[in-house]
Formats: sequence, structure tokens, C-alpha cells
Amino acid sequence: MPVTVKTFATSGEAASALSSERDARYLGGGTLVMRALNEGDLSISTVVRATDRALTQIEFASSRITIGAGVTFARVLAERELAFLHPVATSIGGPAVRNMGTVGGNLFAPTPFGDFAVALLALDATVSVQGGYGARDVPIEEFLAGRDRQQGALVLSVSCQRPHGEAFRYRKISRIKPKGGSLVTLAALLPSSGGRIVGARISYGAMAAMPVRAKAAERAIEGRAVDAASVAAAVAAATEGTSPANDSFASAWYRREVIGVHLRRLLTGQE
Amino acid sequence: MTKTALQFRHNDRDVAVFVDGGASLLGTLRDLVGDMTPKFGCGQGGCGACTVLIDGEAHLSCLTLAVTVEGRAVETLDGLKDGANLHPLQRAFMEHFAAQCGYCTPGMLMAAKALLDHNPSPTRADVVNAIAGNICRCTGYEPIINAVLAAASGGRARA
Repeated sequence: MPVTVKTFATSGEAASALSSERDARYLGGGTLVMRALNEGDLSISTVVRATDRALTQIEFASSRITIGAGVTFARVLAERELAFLHPVATSIGGPAVRNMGTVGGNLFAPTPFGDFAVALLALDATVSVQGGYGARDVPIEEFLAGRDRQQGALVLSVSCQRPHGEAFRYRKISRIKPKGGSLVTLAALLPSSGGRIVGARISYGAMAAMPVRAKAAERAIEGRAVDAASVAAAVAAATEGTSPANDSFASAWYRREVIGVHLRRLLTGQE
Repeated sequence: MTKTALQFRHNDRDVAVFVDGGASLLGTLRDLVGDMTPKFGCGQGGCGACTVLIDGEAHLSCLTLAVTVEGRAVETLDGLKDGANLHPLQRAFMEHFAAQCGYCTPGMLMAAKALLDHNPSPTRADVVNAIAGNICRCTGYEPIINAVLAAASGGRARA
């Protein structure tokens, strides 16, 4: 069924069209919306686009980084300042998908996809959203929790603090390398102060319907040095609060079995 | 449903077509422009058979909304050869038995061209990364990787 395509010059106009029309979806890089159309998804009647250049800007203000929602993973890889996000962008798709897929769109990618969102969750990112009534900043956790209701809102950008040194860690486990759907994806922000972890954030992909924080594992390591005892405590709590999917990449049982192994490797920096 | 006028460069010539809302670039190339070289594989971004270059960068034409290429340059396998002369990549694919059933070949060739256009002397790892989004169920990839490397060194020898 043909859909109506509406293209706007500003994100504001696109946001109002998106919020005022039922069954409208915003088209970023196309890897989610065009896929749905190719599969004959009749729930989409209008495709909204914006050519607003502000959506593809990357801003560096002191220690805070703001990435426009329309920035592609290829662009992320081309920015030396975003080196800490390069392992994340590299783990997504092949070159063509990275030339198309966007940072904003990844927030909506269904499990087991959405690896960039997993990283942003660990980085405690803020999502800037334009609704029918103006723009607001939402913590990524809140955004993801209400993701299914966010279809009528337009994501403008995501922002986060640049992590210090080795504080940010990421790994994606997949059967096919260098590209493949996630068995489990892990990201962690482990800032240390005087040899102890202060403000630990650990997040998982493919361990629930959307990226989730491993709060029990975070508590196990918070305020402690990364040593055998604290790592063992975090690993023991690794599956708490998760409900992994059964899909063609892995069973829920398998994901629960291996998440602790990969969490241990992530925390100890082991390959 | 009204159609939208769309103009773009297709392999160094201008084309103008009327597309339905929501039409993909792949459907537009095959059904309206008559270029059958990009293939429909999965329609999900998983196989790479529909890979084309848009302004020199590899894109999946099945996931590209046709109207987004307005005024842009689209390159497909159909534009690779020069008259009767095959492109060095095409010759290398023949010489290294890099095609069996041939369905993935147009996408493989365009992904490889995107690589060589940016990086004329890639390493083996570069080639593996460049074709990571393209699935081949026949050759097992080794002949394809060898062909791309051969085309790269062939190009250097001529330069």
C-alpha cells in the first residue's frame, strides 16, 4: 500500500506532523521504517522526514558531547573526538548499514538490535525530544522505558559526558564476525576514584525487550576496587532483572548462561 | 494516490521518473529505470544484494526511500563496465571464480568498489570488513576476498 511521504525543512514542522497524525513514522536512515514497509506493515500510512541540518550536527562543549539524531554510524567513525564510541559503531551492521543507520534511530531498534542505545544507556545519556509542545530533555532510561509511546515524538539529539580514560567499556558478542546480531551486548561506565569504582553503570543489550541496566551488578561493584571478590559478586548478580529473548540468534537460557562470563571479562578487561 | 516526480543521476546519465509514496530505490531502479543489476534479497538490510553507491557511498537500495536520492548520483553494477570492457573488479571476479549462482555478485562488486574508491590498496582485513554486510551462500567468501585483493593490486600495477 503506498504511503504518503512528507518532507519538512525544520525538525519543528516534522515534529508537529508526527504528533498530529496517527500512523505516522519518522524516517531516519531507513533501516527500520523501510524494512517495515518492505514487509508490508500496514500500520504506517505516513512517512515523515526532515532535512534540517541541525539533526546531523555533532557538538563538543567542554566535556559534554551532543550528537544529532540524524548522525550516521559512519559519521561517528569519522570523528576522532568520538573514538570512545568507535567500537560501538563498528559493531553495527556492515558498511552500507553504517552509512545509513542513525544514532537517533538506534534508540528505536528492537532487540537484539540497538547496540548504540546500550552504550548510551551506560553513558547516562540524555535524549532531546521534540513533541507537539516543544523540546524537552529526557534521561535515556526514561526514554527507553516509554519507547513504545514515543513514536509520536521526534528525537533531536543525544548527549553525554565524555568518559575519562578507560572508564567506558563495550563489547558485543555475536556468532558472525565482524557483523552479526547480538547474542548479548555489554557496556559499562566504571569511573574510579582512589582505586574504587564510583558511579558504576552497566547496561545490557538483548537481555530484555530493550536495553536495560544491570543494577544488581552495579551495586555489587559500587564503592569497591575491581578485584576477584567484587567481580565475583557482580557476576553472581549478573542476570538479576533480565528477561532475555528467545530468537534465532540465541535462546533465553543461553543468554542467561553466558552473560556472567562476558560480564567478568568486561570488568577484568580480559579478551 | 499521487505520484512524486523524482530526478537523479543514474550511472552518469539523468533519469526522471514518477514514484509512489514509500517506493524504495531498489524498486524504482528495477521497475521504472529498467536497471536489473541490483537484486532484491531479504528486504531487511541483512544480505547486501541490493547494494548501490549513492554519492560514492555504499547504501542498501531496498532500505532507501526513493525520493531521498533527488538530485544525487546513484551508481549500480550496470554502470561499472566501460562499453565492452569489463571493470577490473569484474575481470578479477571471473578470473578468481568469485561468482557461482551470481545473486550476491552485484552487491559484492558495489561494496568492493566502494572500498577501492576510498582505499586503493586495502589489506585482507579491510576487504573482509567492506563485504561484511554482503551474504554469499555459494563461494564461502575466500574467492571473493581474493578477487577484490587481486583487482586492487591489478589497479596499482597499471597506475
